[in-house]
Amino acid sequence: MKTTSFGEWVLYGGICAYLLTLLVMPSQLWLGFTINALIVAILSVAWNLLGGFGGQMSFGHAALFGTGAYVTAMLQVRWGINPWLAAVAAIVAATAVAGFIAALSFRYGLRGSYFALVTLAFAEVLRILASSFEISGGGQGILVPYKAGLANFQFADRSTTYALVLFLVVVAMLITLAVQRSRFGAYLIAIRENEEAAKALGIDTFRTKVLAMMLSGAIGGAAGVAYLQTYLFIDAPIAFGSTMSIEALLGPIIGGAGTVWGPLVGTLIIHGLGETAKHLVSGAPGLNLVLYGVVLMVILRYLPDGIVGLARRIGPRRAAPTAMPEDR
Amino acid sequence: MLSVSNVTKRFGGLVAVSDASLKVDQGRIVALIGPNGAGKTTLFAIIGGFVTPDSGRIQFEGRDITGMPPHAICRLGLTRTFQIVQPFAGLTVRENIAIGAHLRHRGRAEALERAAIVGEQVGMGPLLDQPAQSLTVAGRKRLELARALATEAKLLLLDEVMAGLIPSEITEIVATIRKIRDSGVTILLIEHVMQAVMSLSEEAYVLNQGRMIAHGTPAQLVADPTVIEAYLGHGAAERLKQESDNA
Amino acid sequence: MWSLVLPAILGGLTTGAIYALVALGLTLIYGVLHIINFAHGSLLMLALYGVYFLYAILGIDPYLALLIVVPVFFVLGYVLQRGVISVFSLGKEQNVLLVTLALAIIIDNLALYFWTSDTRTISLPYAYTMVEIGPAFIPLPRVIAFVAALVAAVILWLIMSRTRLGKAIRAVAIEKRGAELVGIDVDHTYAMCFGIGTACVAAAACLLLPTFYVTPQVGYAFVLVAFTTVVLGGMGSFMGALVSGLLLGVIEALCGLFLGESLGQIGIFLAFILILLFRPSGLFGRRAA
Repeated sequence: MKTTSFGEWVLYGGICAYLLTLLVMPSQLWLGFTINALIVAILSVAWNLLGGFGGQMSFGHAALFGTGAYVTAMLQVRWGINPWLAAVAAIVAATAVAGFIAALSFRYGLRGSYFALVTLAFAEVLRILASSFEISGGGQGILVPYKAGLANFQFADRSTTYALVLFLVVVAMLITLAVQRSRFGAYLIAIRENEEAAKALGIDTFRTKVLAMMLSGAIGGAAGVAYLQTYLFIDAPIAFGSTMSIEALLGPIIGGAGTVWGPLVGTLIIHGLGETAKHLVSGAPGLNLVLYGVVLMVILRYLPDGIVGLARRIGPRRAAPTAMPEDR
Repeated sequence: MLSVSNVTKRFGGLVAVSDASLKVDQGRIVALIGPNGAGKTTLFAIIGGFVTPDSGRIQFEGRDITGMPPHAICRLGLTRTFQIVQPFAGLTVRENIAIGAHLRHRGRAEALERAAIVGEQVGMGPLLDQPAQSLTVAGRKRLELARALATEAKLLLLDEVMAGLIPSEITEIVATIRKIRDSGVTILLIEHVMQAVMSLSEEAYVLNQGRMIAHGTPAQLVADPTVIEAYLGHGAAERLKQESDNA
Repeated sequence: MWSLVLPAILGGLTTGAIYALVALGLTLIYGVLHIINFAHGSLLMLALYGVYFLYAILGIDPYLALLIVVPVFFVLGYVLQRGVISVFSLGKEQNVLLVTLALAIIIDNLALYFWTSDTRTISLPYAYTMVEIGPAFIPLPRVIAFVAALVAAVILWLIMSRTRLGKAIRAVAIEKRGAELVGIDVDHTYAMCFGIGTACVAAAACLLLPTFYVTPQVGYAFVLVAFTTVVLGGMGSFMGALVSGLLLGVIEALCGLFLGESLGQIGIFLAFILILLFRPSGLFGRRAA
């Protein structure tokens, strides 16, 4: 079985301790920041499935996030559909959008920079569409009326929202774990490492990549739903803008791409850093993003396996040599 | 088992394979030889479904597989290896082989178990937990073979699994290939190492400039003037004959 | 009908000339060397600020600023590639993508910090001198930009086809190791390429600012358009980039005319997706690896 090093125990233990403490002893100050980070973490987990395990780097994951958020918002506000139903529909829609983008891109053999650019272009198309039509709120975006209550998928109490978002993160990570331990996951890694060899060994690479993107779409869509139900507002730049696409890939790459914990670790750490920077230098818009950029470069140069990779190298391993795939 | 009929493939103006045909019977080791650039690897790519031929047909166990995608062909029981080895660099030897084993074994644990067995079979037992990128050339060639074998193929296409190996390693891998054949796997191999071809294969095809120029037992072929000329140039057979006459 | 369409096409051509100018530099960096430079738009933004401050503080005319900004950005590009991008990416292709993305994030947000999100423009006495071309009136700076795009494409083509450096760049693009073996300094060639590409962006900035504006976010709008132009024109083809830049300008103008102003750019991105899917070799070029 997979072994966990001392460093990993400390890292994951620390994160769990923080998240659980917040669950038991809610602090308004920390809740706001953590809820936001966790929503991004869900999207990061989604990106990691395709980008981390499958090696197909999307630069337009906002397309999936935004679809989730917009579909939930539009169904509730325009047609009065129950938010829970709307959420399910939104996840289905995001899965479909992901399937469409992936099927087109991979059918024509796009990879590497071409795949990155085409996903970015799809997100841009959706951004322009969302801001151009009345039904999607045009340039103003959509505001969901505040009506707290379980039936409305809205919670007056922030810690309930937090619990829900945390639950989603856990589910997303469990899905990642299941993928990692399955043939599907092994196939994805094989495609990342060498697509020609994967084909020769009987892997339907097209199907595998499209399925991965669809799974990513479902999870990314859920992130969008969570965002909307938390903030009750969405507009085109938030939903489909480059910021969300960039955030989606920062977490896994900084935390450790192709690992179960990487997206959560990376997202929490950069958001923590960004928040700290904001407090230290008040009134400096964008400075937290500058920090993200710097951290990204440093990680690429010095820690190619991300923070999880670093933690793995700290301390002795607990058990004998691995039999499970060395998730990298 | 495998029959390639009148296959032609052009790349732009270049004819890589021209009207080539061959047949592989079940349980045999058949070699495909020929000088560099003869089109051997292209022919393998066509059989494996990586390249679609312009014309001609490929049948595997009586079934037309022309134009089928590589993974579907592999699923039918025909697996190729690559001349330029293509390991999954970031994975261990065991995990590499397990990818092949997954074709017939869905479960992760089961595939890893199969991988260990196949690894032992090709003599990689002690290397199972090494990262693939740390292997020597010989190790990588073996891994290529092991992965293909793990798909439980009925027919293996081996593309120069001996190139770059030293004689003792060649002896080893020849023995391994023979063992694989004896376990019931049919083998078609491209090879430059003539000594290996002579000792391994019962029959061989010679491809030159995209055309199949000869077919027979290896012993027949090395005496065939057209084959000698293909390798050594025009008039070579004549000169060799004179030299041996003079000697 | 034509009285609307023809001016739209002419207007689109002048916008397209600017797209072409921005994309010419990227053609060299992405099209020839396959370095995905996400910071291309950010460098354009920096150059625009450079031109802006030269005018606002020192009163230097944007066209005169060419002489200052272009060499400075050449050096900047050279240093960025050699000292930052190649160092932090460890030479891996997918890391280059991420390093230039990081650079873009850093540059854009530093600009936001130092110069705020205010939209800045300069007003030149000749900015609204109109040139009558057929049924349309085009501002003089747009006409100049159009001519400059043609000139820049020709200069780049000459550099690539007639100079030693051009030969080295092409050799490195085709076969990096082979080029190294015959004694080409690969790192230097990459950096020169990046320097020239960045210098092109600076030139574009000088020609753009008289009829445009600058904000910290302005570069982003150009990034995807520039990549589209390069791919549409055929990777590495300067004439292709020129023609496709003009074409995209016209597509945008016509989409804006028929679908409404806000949907104008959608035509560009749809064109991009279609090109990537169905004709990745572009309209004029060879297929990229």
